[in-house]
Amino acid sequence: MSDESVTHIRRPRGKLRGETITLSHGAGGKAMHDLIEDLFVSGFDNRELDLLEDQARFDLASMTARGDRLALTTDSYVVDPLFFPGGDIGKLAVTGTVNDLAVGGAIPLWLTCGMIIEEGLTVEELRRVVTSMKQSADEAGVRIVTGDTKVVHKGAADKLFINTAGVGVIPEGVEINARRARPGDRIIINGYIGDHGAAIVDARGELAIENSIETDCQPLNGLVQAMLTTCPDIHCLRDATRGGLATVLNEFATDSRVALRIEEQALPVRDEVRGMCEILGLDPLYLANEGKLVAIVPGDCADALLAAMQAHPAGTQSRIIGEVHASPEATVLMSTLFGGERIVDLLVGEQLPRIC
Amino acid sequence: MKFVDEFRDNEKAQTLKREIHMLAGRIGRTREKPLLLMEFCGGHTHAIFRYGIEQMLPDSIEMVHGPGCPVCVLPMGRVDDCVALAERPGVIFATFGDAMRVPGSRKSLLQAKAAGADIRMVYSPLDALSLARKNPGHEVIFFGLGFETTMPSTALTVLQAKKEGIRNFSLFCNHITTVPTIKAILDSPDMKIDGFLAPGHVSMVIGARPFDFVARDYNRPIVITGFEPLDILQSIWMLLKQLAEGRCEVENQYSRVVPPAGNKAALEAISKVFEIREFFEWRGLGSIDHSGVKIREAYADFDAERKFQVPNLQIADPRSCQCGEVVKGVIKPWECKIFGTACTPETPMGALMVSSEGACAAYFSYGSVSIDELVARREAKA
Repeated sequence: MSDESVTHIRRPRGKLRGETITLSHGAGGKAMHDLIEDLFVSGFDNRELDLLEDQARFDLASMTARGDRLALTTDSYVVDPLFFPGGDIGKLAVTGTVNDLAVGGAIPLWLTCGMIIEEGLTVEELRRVVTSMKQSADEAGVRIVTGDTKVVHKGAADKLFINTAGVGVIPEGVEINARRARPGDRIIINGYIGDHGAAIVDARGELAIENSIETDCQPLNGLVQAMLTTCPDIHCLRDATRGGLATVLNEFATDSRVALRIEEQALPVRDEVRGMCEILGLDPLYLANEGKLVAIVPGDCADALLAAMQAHPAGTQSRIIGEVHASPEATVLMSTLFGGERIVDLLVGEQLPRIC
Repeated sequence: MKFVDEFRDNEKAQTLKREIHMLAGRIGRTREKPLLLMEFCGGHTHAIFRYGIEQMLPDSIEMVHGPGCPVCVLPMGRVDDCVALAERPGVIFATFGDAMRVPGSRKSLLQAKAAGADIRMVYSPLDALSLARKNPGHEVIFFGLGFETTMPSTALTVLQAKKEGIRNFSLFCNHITTVPTIKAILDSPDMKIDGFLAPGHVSMVIGARPFDFVARDYNRPIVITGFEPLDILQSIWMLLKQLAEGRCEVENQYSRVVPPAGNKAALEAISKVFEIREFFEWRGLGSIDHSGVKIREAYADFDAERKFQVPNLQIADPRSCQCGEVVKGVIKPWECKIFGTACTPETPMGALMVSSEGACAAYFSYGSVSIDELVARREAKA
């Protein structure tokens, strides 16, 4: 049975009443059906979801035509505040999971959406989140095909938590793996680091700093496919989310038993982000990103790949930031702007502001 | 970025580096052992590691990373007191973020928070005061710590609380003072330091004069230093120049921020609210006379130690810790028996592993050689 032959059933949809989400919206009765139909089914708007079955169903043949392996991933989103400059929890929940698939070389296809809602969230806020998820899904070319909703007592969750799982297909021949970094490989990043972390710190409003930093939240699957077209033999690829660039580099160095040497001078950091880090004693290397990937690629295709990345909208500010050496094993070193050298280690605990 | 990049200019750094190597060579001809220069302040330690400054210095200069990290030198007993205060019903305990991970004998504030205590991270004591305004049914206790740098803002907050008649705000005062601590280091029998980089932000408050005794009574040159990497290199060069010319003076490299007499308004606020304690207990250094301040009688209503029963128990440092010797430059951080093995940033045993400004943590996170290699080096030496 192909996608197209699924009978397209339409029936009158429930209409969500009231201005806030209450426990009755999670109780399994009429209110819950109204919520699901009015908000999620119409919001996400696709034929798999329209069927209103307990599971989404897929045609295997269409998948095997696109690749030889399935990729499956899941991630939960608990960001506070729900809305921040340049994005919101919904956009994050879609792009985050899309990107986790994309950096494995997979073509992302379908997402699930589990929502845990604290009673008292306004319907308007929830609608904004759903609209944003749909927009992001369209942008990334994926469909949100099944979901679940729970409403919990006040205080049992913080406004809204979202879990998304994603399925994608990995084309034949793509072998991206954190253990494949080799001496002579080059390290590339697709743009400014730390924007998301800085935007969130700013949006929490605990600091009276006024600036214009927006999250970098963006889907990376288009960029990754463009990269694979230019250089099918990308060795390592990961998105630098929590823990920032420093964490991903350390993972590569440890898994591949190599040394990564980066140049501070080559790191793309916006002045606004640098300024905020200077004031708060934070390090942009450890700030979260939501639309940045780090690639380790064979030296001989680095320049061509860089050009291809810069030509793609998600990679205009791409740069080569360093290269892979044999030793010291499992170490990330940075030549500082100042002419010194230091180890870039994993962060211990949370990055806490210093007092003086 | 303006006002930042100028102080991190690579070309100027290379010029200073050449001058430093030249001066160090000249001084080195008359002595066998390397020169030991101490940066007192944790902010300097952090910058030295972050910019890789130690690798730019010749072998004949060794930096000793002093005790000037208020989080690091906080004794376990005081952390236990914090936890006890924070666990009281109805209390909101407000603290700077980097005090959260400091281990107590039972738990850290981070662990107490996870166990249900209402602990909030703030960026300023005034944030704690507004918490008190917003939560009239709760007692808000602010954990005041730091050297003279943070003392004025705490003092002004207490003055503001008194002015507004806020009854549910108090201060757990753990502020410490710089000068008695430098004096304690100079008086210690195994002291080997040849010159000091004095803390820039402390000096911004207290001025340059309180450091006169270092040059006058102890014949050691001292340079008040800013926090950008060029500031630090220039100050090292100034120290070497004094040593090469046989001078011992207080010099002010950070004159763009530090006035000779300090900040009058800040000093007035401090002396209005605080008075010197007879002694204060330091992690790694033991008890140092007059090295802390407490709240004056006139502001007793805002003193958490008077308002609540604070256990105030003295907990001895773990016996294996050699923080005191590291701080005085007797051994290097990696020469400590437990560095990198029993004592790591995740499970710090000693003061200097606690905050990113502590010498051991800085070696651990930013050092130019791997921890395995340092541990191997220590074992080879033993």
